[in-house]
Amino acid sequence: MKLELRGISKAFGSFYANKDIDLTVDDAQIHCLLGENGAGKSTLMNVLYGLYQPTEGQILLDGKPVEFSGPGDAMAAGIGMVHQHFMLVPVFTVAENIALGAETTKAGGVLDLQVTRKKIREISDRYGFDVDPDAIVEDLPVGVQQRVEIIKALVRDARILILDEPTAVLTPQETDELLDIMRQLKANGTSIVFISHKLREVRAVSDVITVIRRGEVIDSVSPQASTTELANLMVGRAVELNLNKAAATPGAAALEVRDLSVVDPAGTTTLDSVSFTIHEGEILAVAGVQGNGQTELTEAILGTQPVTGGSVKLAGEELVGKSVKSILRSGLGFVPEDRSVHGLVTQFSIEENLVLDLYDRPPFGKGISMNLEAIKKNAKEQIEGFDVRTDNPLNPASSLSGGNQQKVVMARELSRDLKLFIASQPTRGVDVGSIEFLHRRIVAERDKGTPVMIVSTELDEVMELADRIAVLYKGRINGIVPGDTSREVLGLMMAGVSQEEAFAQAEYSKADNEPVEAQPASEHDNQEGEAQ
Amino acid sequence: MTATTLQPAINVLPSKKTPIILTVIAVITFFSFGLLGNDQAAHFTLNSAGDAFELPELVLPGRITNIVFGVLLLAIAAYSWMQRKQGKALATWMIAVAAILFVLGFLVWVVSGANINSISLASLLAGGVVLAVPLVFGSLSGVLSERAGVVNIAIEGQLLGGAFTAAIVASVTQNAFAGLIAAGLAGAVVSLVLALFSIKYVVNQIIVGVVLNVLVSGITGFLFTTVMQEDPELFNSPVHLPVVEIPLLSAIPVIGPILFKQSVIGYLMYLAVFLVWFGLFKTKWGLRVRAVGEHPKAADTLGIKVNSIRFWNVTLGGIVAGIGGSFFTLVAIDSFTKEISGGRGFIALAAVIFGRWNPIGAFLAALLFGFADNLQVILTIIGTPVPSQFMAMLPYLVTIFAVAGLVGRSRGPAAAGEPYVKE
Repeated sequence: MKLELRGISKAFGSFYANKDIDLTVDDAQIHCLLGENGAGKSTLMNVLYGLYQPTEGQILLDGKPVEFSGPGDAMAAGIGMVHQHFMLVPVFTVAENIALGAETTKAGGVLDLQVTRKKIREISDRYGFDVDPDAIVEDLPVGVQQRVEIIKALVRDARILILDEPTAVLTPQETDELLDIMRQLKANGTSIVFISHKLREVRAVSDVITVIRRGEVIDSVSPQASTTELANLMVGRAVELNLNKAAATPGAAALEVRDLSVVDPAGTTTLDSVSFTIHEGEILAVAGVQGNGQTELTEAILGTQPVTGGSVKLAGEELVGKSVKSILRSGLGFVPEDRSVHGLVTQFSIEENLVLDLYDRPPFGKGISMNLEAIKKNAKEQIEGFDVRTDNPLNPASSLSGGNQQKVVMARELSRDLKLFIASQPTRGVDVGSIEFLHRRIVAERDKGTPVMIVSTELDEVMELADRIAVLYKGRINGIVPGDTSREVLGLMMAGVSQEEAFAQAEYSKADNEPVEAQPASEHDNQEGEAQ
Repeated sequence: MTATTLQPAINVLPSKKTPIILTVIAVITFFSFGLLGNDQAAHFTLNSAGDAFELPELVLPGRITNIVFGVLLLAIAAYSWMQRKQGKALATWMIAVAAILFVLGFLVWVVSGANINSISLASLLAGGVVLAVPLVFGSLSGVLSERAGVVNIAIEGQLLGGAFTAAIVASVTQNAFAGLIAAGLAGAVVSLVLALFSIKYVVNQIIVGVVLNVLVSGITGFLFTTVMQEDPELFNSPVHLPVVEIPLLSAIPVIGPILFKQSVIGYLMYLAVFLVWFGLFKTKWGLRVRAVGEHPKAADTLGIKVNSIRFWNVTLGGIVAGIGGSFFTLVAIDSFTKEISGGRGFIALAAVIFGRWNPIGAFLAALLFGFADNLQVILTIIGTPVPSQFMAMLPYLVTIFAVAGLVGRSRGPAAAGEPYVKE
């Protein structure tokens, strides 16, 4: 089915999330929408799926104008969408989720899931999905949940499938499998709109790439375009994708974590006897698929997560059992994974946010009073030093963009003398330009001799920054490997394959068949040219 | 690709809660009921008037029985500690056995120490079911609206509104069935207010519910003094619903009076429990309702009208609770009095949680509360060593323990209490 968007605009108040967008997706085409977070990709797709009403413009399917008052209309017209946050009822079975809204019934409205189960098995067999119709969705791994979402669209005869950031939650291997599925769907005549900001995937699978920036279509390019070219289009200026950091010169062991374990209130072991050491002047990156214990690990070190066992020693001093405040005082700089909830008080001014953990110490505080002059001076310095884009330090932090908010958090945490720096997802939802800046700051802190721990679910970021990489899987360290370990080995380890086996498998597959990176139009520039 | 799975290295012991509770009740049974108990025997009759055949009377000597029960309970408690040490939880049926032993032991103890050493088990159970009727309807109302994602604190108001309307309509028309229908409508009206404010105007659901309870209590109280008491003959002498006995079946001892000798509302209760259960878990309607209560946005992206489902479910819940309220004035009591529902709407709310948002679970929970309520009445009549004020607390104590401790973690619909607003 051919899809055309003509002059679509969507305004929220006076703010235009989409402005005059033209887009044509041909039959059986994989069309990628490339853009940074907040560029308006999701808004556009929500308009297409009937969740939002466009302020202006027209949607045409096979040349005929259509109007959708809700997702039901869009589905009836043959449009299916896999949302970034899955739209599945966690406590339902796969069959119940897929039947929902399009149930087959016996007399008197009694559910007949037999028909649905049969359809699921058909589609599952055709694409090799291996999905059990009677499994409870919340017990399934995210990759399988995503397939359930795809089946949901296919059962409803979707001819156009929208995939909104589908790879954000997947391991590299799962991502490769998804790209294969997309190619199969295309071969069967389904058009796909693929939303992403990850250049590697986009180039591997797309037929056409349309770049969106600040709600407007910038350009449509072919997947042959180089990653640098794509990144420049996406950001709107020349960006340096390569950090080219110097080799680390590790000093003495600084942070020693031994057998650290955390059990959550439901009795599940979320962190299981984790041990590692970070040396001075070294970046240890913790890789892993989201939800494998990363949050618990960082929070256990910070002291906000009760620990069931183990020890955390910073420069020989035990941190477990101490209060959060005294742990921070002993020289920990901490960037939490969710800046707007845990990193900032968004209603407070930028100035105040820059001293959130320093307000009671000189020069900012003395006794019960605060030195407002010193706070103002500090804000001025930090805003300049970190290039925070704002016209007034008294504006609330919520007025800043994601990247600038993160700069405020990072500026605050790096403004103290640190003995350890921990950053969780330091560049999640941050524009490419700021990513580069923040990465350089992290490396600069390392070069000052501070031990640094980076937790990231973005493999590109891990590979960019790490001197050594620890892979977390189901709450355990599944091996610590050198920073230049290949993407494939890391991906296998993130999926739970042991270190030795991962290296062996990677070696084997290199000899046997080409990995996905080397798919269409590869100039083998992937190693140096990855954004995010 | 083979993924090696990692097993967690440390074992987490299950909570100490169950073994502690079991130990406490074992000790109470053994010492307080057993060693310090009464030598007299407790008599339990199983027959009631009109039974087809006689069952022998159950005679249990007070002290000996409880010492035996106490030893059994101590054994179960010890076993439960051992199980915990091995990282296992106690089997549910053993907890049930312990609960039954404790309740029986308690009964033997009070009855053997009472002025009259005999009670009728048959009427204890049958009476419990009767007292549970409004609770069951109330909890079904709660299940219906919470499963769709709207917290229904207004059950009390719905019951009270139903009771009042049933009384006045049945009095004026001299037709009990007209009263029954009117009660359903009154419950629906209360619910409509809840639905309108919580769904359309996105007012906090708890606050609307609480306000509604106070409002209904105020209005019925006012109309009771100004209208009903002016002319009780005309406005407050409702015709009662007949008790329908099913021939032969109703003569079976113990279960006959419970299942086959009920008012119309009593039979409706069994029907309603089945219908709500069947509807929620076996039909298309139920699937959609549960989806709306768990993940409204997912339902919305599939073209399901979230707020419309919520609206009609809350209203349906109101009808059910209203009918339950009519039980007070059309079956149980001769006429309407102020606050006739006496907080049972809140106990029904507890039954919803105890029953884990499942109509059958809520039904059983309501039966338990009804039984505790009736036990309290009967024990006061036979004159027990325990002061009657303490006995009057029994249903509420059972409620608190049931909701707080014994159910374990009970998980309600994920989106209950959260309004759904489209961006």
